[in-house]
Amino acid sequence: MEKVVKIGVGQSSKLKVSLLTGRTIDQGKGKEFGKLSEEYWRSVAICEMDPTDIKELGIRENDSVKITTDYGSAVVRAVKSERTPHPKVIFIPYGPWASLIVNPKTHGTGMPSLKGIPAEIEPAPRERPLSLPELLKKHYKKE
Amino acid sequence: MKVPVFSGVTCPVCGSFCDDIELTVKDGVVTKVKNACAVGEAKFLKYADHRSARPLIRKNGELVEASLDEAIRKSAEILAEASYPILYGWSCTSCEAIRVGLELAEEVGGVIDNTSTICHGPSTLSIQDIGISSCTLGQLRHRADLVFYWGSNPWSAHPRHIDRYTAFSTGRFQTSAWRGYLSRLTAVLTKKRLLRAANLILMRDVSAPPKMDHRLPYSLFRKGRKMIVVDVRRTRSAELADYFIQVKPNSDYELLQALRMLIRDEELDIDEVAGVPVEILEEVADVMIGCELGILFFGLGLTMSEGKLRNVDAALSLVRDLNQRTKFLIMPMRGHFNVTGADVVFTWQTGYPYAVDFSEGYPRYNPGETSVIDILCRGEADAGLVVASDPVAHFPREAAQNLVKNPLIVIDPQVTPTSLMADVVIPSAFVGIEVEGTAYRMDHVPLPLKKIVEPPRTCLSDTEILQRILREVRRIRGKHN
Repeated sequence: MEKVVKIGVGQSSKLKVSLLTGRTIDQGKGKEFGKLSEEYWRSVAICEMDPTDIKELGIRENDSVKITTDYGSAVVRAVKSERTPHPKVIFIPYGPWASLIVNPKTHGTGMPSLKGIPAEIEPAPRERPLSLPELLKKHYKKE
Repeated sequence: MKVPVFSGVTCPVCGSFCDDIELTVKDGVVTKVKNACAVGEAKFLKYADHRSARPLIRKNGELVEASLDEAIRKSAEILAEASYPILYGWSCTSCEAIRVGLELAEEVGGVIDNTSTICHGPSTLSIQDIGISSCTLGQLRHRADLVFYWGSNPWSAHPRHIDRYTAFSTGRFQTSAWRGYLSRLTAVLTKKRLLRAANLILMRDVSAPPKMDHRLPYSLFRKGRKMIVVDVRRTRSAELADYFIQVKPNSDYELLQALRMLIRDEELDIDEVAGVPVEILEEVADVMIGCELGILFFGLGLTMSEGKLRNVDAALSLVRDLNQRTKFLIMPMRGHFNVTGADVVFTWQTGYPYAVDFSEGYPRYNPGETSVIDILCRGEADAGLVVASDPVAHFPREAAQNLVKNPLIVIDPQVTPTSLMADVVIPSAFVGIEVEGTAYRMDHVPLPLKKIVEPPRTCLSDTEILQRILREVRRIRGKHN
């Protein structure tokens, strides 16, 4: 509950950032453990952030954050980036969570724009990252 | 009893396609993996844990078990009835299966596309425009003395690439830069410790982030192997490099063009390009011109950010310019173990490497129009066949939603988000572990995929499944015509 109060104290709780997506070794390992495995979820339903940005949002590591772009929004777990500084640049590994918010426009090349997407990040103390079955049900429901 | 050990096994994971893996097999189960990276080891040891072995068909909204014959018949019906089906995936299966896939695409008048479309598709377009000076990885292992990784993080995506083929490998004419890295690491750690002690004594604020070192290290100017990483963030690969250049997101094009100018001895009358001071770039250009054999590996940092194929145009042109002054080569860092093979087989059979449309009865190629993301975003497809790939996890949401709303067939040994959303799931055997085949390494060298253990009795290879679907489609169409 403390966290919520902190955010309330007049500081802006949203940050404008640039979103990158990409491969990580944990994502690679996670997918080989199976896409429904805990390892996969732990390795991709995350957002690597600069510690200064985490501080600015008034959250702690492993708290939920909501990332919104022009194309959608997703709730993931905030993780401190091991290699800094990269203020205002966030990184989400490839996976179903990143796919919710990337830019599908290909500019006539066939390739969607998956790196350097303008995004907004805010704390989401009342939400938690969806599990893979929940995510599939919510966004890709099959009739 | 003697436990069988298989040596010289190829690793069906990434584009490096390492061929020196040693597997120990006990009672039909892989129990020990030698030489593989973390990802390869995870695949060989864990592949069987999350597999599906029985075909599934969606009935009343639920996936229920079915016989293989039934699943094949249902798949063939879906494909034969569709007017514009998408056949997607292919980069994680053998060349033999891809060949059958192309025949099937022609038969049903669909669009066949491989994962290049969301990885190095723009590179292919650019290579068709400009051309590429390339080579095999063996050449680089023996001769390259300057290695660039641009917009690529091999430590994570191709974990043994640096170790086997470039900076940390020992070739005939070049030795490993591993020792240099170790001494550099020790120096950095000592410096950090001293700084921390000084900060403690002088009670300085230690929360300020460390600044990027703007001087090029001495090691870049000596003889021997050197590695430079250019990326938008400091990756693990960047830490292994002699020098790391941090470029602003979406500014690779400017940086590449600036380097081209410097290499042609033109002057830049600005202070910095894409967040990098021009003095640094001048020195980097000198290092590039001064090398004996340079190689620029580029990754998705170029193809996925703003500019896309134009970024690759600039990189290919930079290398072409460099060849006026020294010997320089360039190679895309291909992702999946057989994505190069998919491009190669597509090109043999149709003349085009990806995004091939058979709806007119002959192959047509126009990425941006016939590429799978565009077709899905326009909502034009009316059925899908996915082989050895997971587009629901990796396509932008809009494209994935349009894929799953149509009848969808998935041929994959693993349970994936795509197979969970499918209407027909046909589990196949793992190529490279349970069935043989051929795949192409990222430098276009074909290598055999080996069979190590027996697949479950219910799982056929991708090739056999596709052949049976093709036969069934032909039977249905013969009946209708």
